[in-house]
Amino acid sequence: MRLHRLIAIIRKETLQIRRDFPSLLITVAMPLLLMLAFGYGVRFDVQHIPVYVYDREGSQQSQDFLKHFQASEYFRLIKAVDNYPALIEALDSGACRLAIVIPIDFSERLSAGGPVAVQALVDATDNNTANISLSYSEAVAQTYNQRLHLDWIQRHGLNTIQSPLSVDTRTWFNENLESSANIVPGVIAIIMAVIGSFLTSLTIAREWERGTMEQLVSTPITPLELMVGKLVPYFVIGLLDTVLCTALAILWFEVPFRGQWTVLLLSCTLFLVVVLSLGYLISVLAKSQLAASQAALIVTFLPAFLLSGFLYPIDQMPAAIQVITHLIPARYFMTILRDVFLKGTSIPFLASDLLALALFAAILTILATRAFHKKLT
Amino acid sequence: MPPSVATSDLTKRFPGITAVNRLTFEVHAGEIFGLVGPDGAGKTTTLRMLAGVLSPDGGSATVAGADIAREPEAAKARLSYMPQRFGLYEDLTVAENIRFYADVFGVSREEREARARQLLDAAGMSPFTTRSAGKLSGGMKQKLGLVCALIHRPLVILLDEPTNGVDPVSRRDFWRILYSLLNEGIAILMSTSYLDEAERCHRVALLHQGRMLYCETPVELKRRLHGAVVSIVGHEARRIRAALGGAAGVLNALLVGDGVHLVVDDAGRRIPELQAALQTAGLVFDRLEEIEPTIEDLFVAATSKERKP
Ligand SMILES: Nc1ncnc2c1ncn2[C@@H]1O[C@H](COP(=O)(O)OP(=O)(O)OP(=O)(O)O)[C@@H](O)[C@H]1O
Ligand SMILES: [Mg+2]
Repeated sequence: MRLHRLIAIIRKETLQIRRDFPSLLITVAMPLLLMLAFGYGVRFDVQHIPVYVYDREGSQQSQDFLKHFQASEYFRLIKAVDNYPALIEALDSGACRLAIVIPIDFSERLSAGGPVAVQALVDATDNNTANISLSYSEAVAQTYNQRLHLDWIQRHGLNTIQSPLSVDTRTWFNENLESSANIVPGVIAIIMAVIGSFLTSLTIAREWERGTMEQLVSTPITPLELMVGKLVPYFVIGLLDTVLCTALAILWFEVPFRGQWTVLLLSCTLFLVVVLSLGYLISVLAKSQLAASQAALIVTFLPAFLLSGFLYPIDQMPAAIQVITHLIPARYFMTILRDVFLKGTSIPFLASDLLALALFAAILTILATRAFHKKLT
Repeated sequence: MPPSVATSDLTKRFPGITAVNRLTFEVHAGEIFGLVGPDGAGKTTTLRMLAGVLSPDGGSATVAGADIAREPEAAKARLSYMPQRFGLYEDLTVAENIRFYADVFGVSREEREARARQLLDAAGMSPFTTRSAGKLSGGMKQKLGLVCALIHRPLVILLDEPTNGVDPVSRRDFWRILYSLLNEGIAILMSTSYLDEAERCHRVALLHQGRMLYCETPVELKRRLHGAVVSIVGHEARRIRAALGGAAGVLNALLVGDGVHLVVDDAGRRIPELQAALQTAGLVFDRLEEIEPTIEDLFVAATSKERKP
């Protein structure tokens, strides 16, 4: 490998990327767009559901109960109305997604020991939100119930309560059950798969299509120099995009980062080498930009999206597909990314995943170097 | 001094066709050698094998002392190849293309700048260094190709129809640069389908269906065409050829794109006779005149048996 030839190719490739608008768009705009789209758009948790209330009793106790809703960040009390039609209209017009009706005998029945039924009307056009609002409402009611019990117990002179069994649910690693914490690290893997394979899949095919390859292979450039020289710029872009996305994840989406930077860097490097060599291999074999880009999409982007555990949890997939996911490098990277962000696992726990990535990287670089020949046809 | 390029029974077969058939020739330092032949004769295939981008199926060849089959990379370090189709980067500027090829061959910065200035001046391209290669005219593109090919001082340059579709001014620049190289001891091997260009070569090889028919000086080659060529432009080419093919003094009749080419023994004497004959036969034509022979004329004269007047 000669340095002057390597640098010549890196320089040339960098200039070409800079002048190619679609390439720039993919390297700069796409990561931002994907981060925002997944960070905001595809959130599986719900916050600030607009709520209307119709408090038919209007007692101190009913107001106290409603305060619990107000305190929850899942709900936002928009308005109190004093008749049913207004409530229905608000639901119909979309002014609220949930309507709470407190019965006229709320406090009366409570002091009598219940039961009291509070009515919750939900707009189920978006059944995900509907389900979540209902279960959150139940949770609020539950909390209120507990407080009533406590009050009752204390009032009857039992100053310490000892619940024989208490289930203290605590969601680990993602305490607030925020989907963005789960999703955003995964987006980084998707972005790298696209940058790494989609763009590189075009580089060799483009030289064949534009007729520049014939002259290039008549020079003493070696296949290894050509590959490394063409991939280095994309590697740098990939790393920069990782930094950008990580910064966005931590600073904007407030995803925790509990792991080590070195693990993030190491896994990103390995995964980049995997996707870059794969893209290059495709480019060498395809010889046409259209075929190459389609192949890259099918071989890297789609598996990274569908089979890596990004969109669907792997352990919920059919057994046969679970086996296939072991052949998807993005699967290992996705695991590492989520661990590094949410758990902070140290290297020994991630060794098998890192090793799998390293293995893919080694095999694919060897294949990519071997695939290219400095001959026509 | 050993030849700069030497081939021996060089052969390339494609499915159903032998594109280059046992080609043997030598090119020496300081020589411009032309590969001449009609479309599909095997010119590009020959140059590709010598440039090391296509593997031969038989025979052998050395370029600048290196065997193209056994040590192709050594040969590649000493040659420059300009493909028939423009091979530079259209999205890079003139200067960036030059820089790329200079860097690939490890040319130092000072050397590159001096050499580029000299070559760009000779090509009349100094004002265009910051222009995208894709925005250059056809002639400029070809001259840029030559500049890039020469930036590292190769021993052998292989040019595939380098002046095809190039304007006359650029073509003159192009040839001036080529001649200036000969003092540097470079060997130039180029293909062409223009006879006037073949005439500027020191020696030419006439190729037909992969075989070499002749290898000689252009003067000798032209001498094979006894007589002169008369071109008749008109729609009824086939009937004109039928009517005149056997006329007195007509050695050969060839259908060309816009009419007929006749090889005659004496143009001055035969032209009035031919005009009269066409009138008698009632055949109309647009133009009838003596022209400079083309490669095709030469080629037909060389391949077909001469008929007696
Ligand atoms: N890659 C290939 N596969 C199959 N046949 C080929 C290939 N390249 C060239 N040929 C055939 O080999 C023959 C010689 O082609 P070549 O390109 O060498 O001719 P040429 O003299 O350069 O013609 P032109 O003036 O059109 O450039 C032609 O019949 C061509 O069709
Ligand atoms: Mg050709």
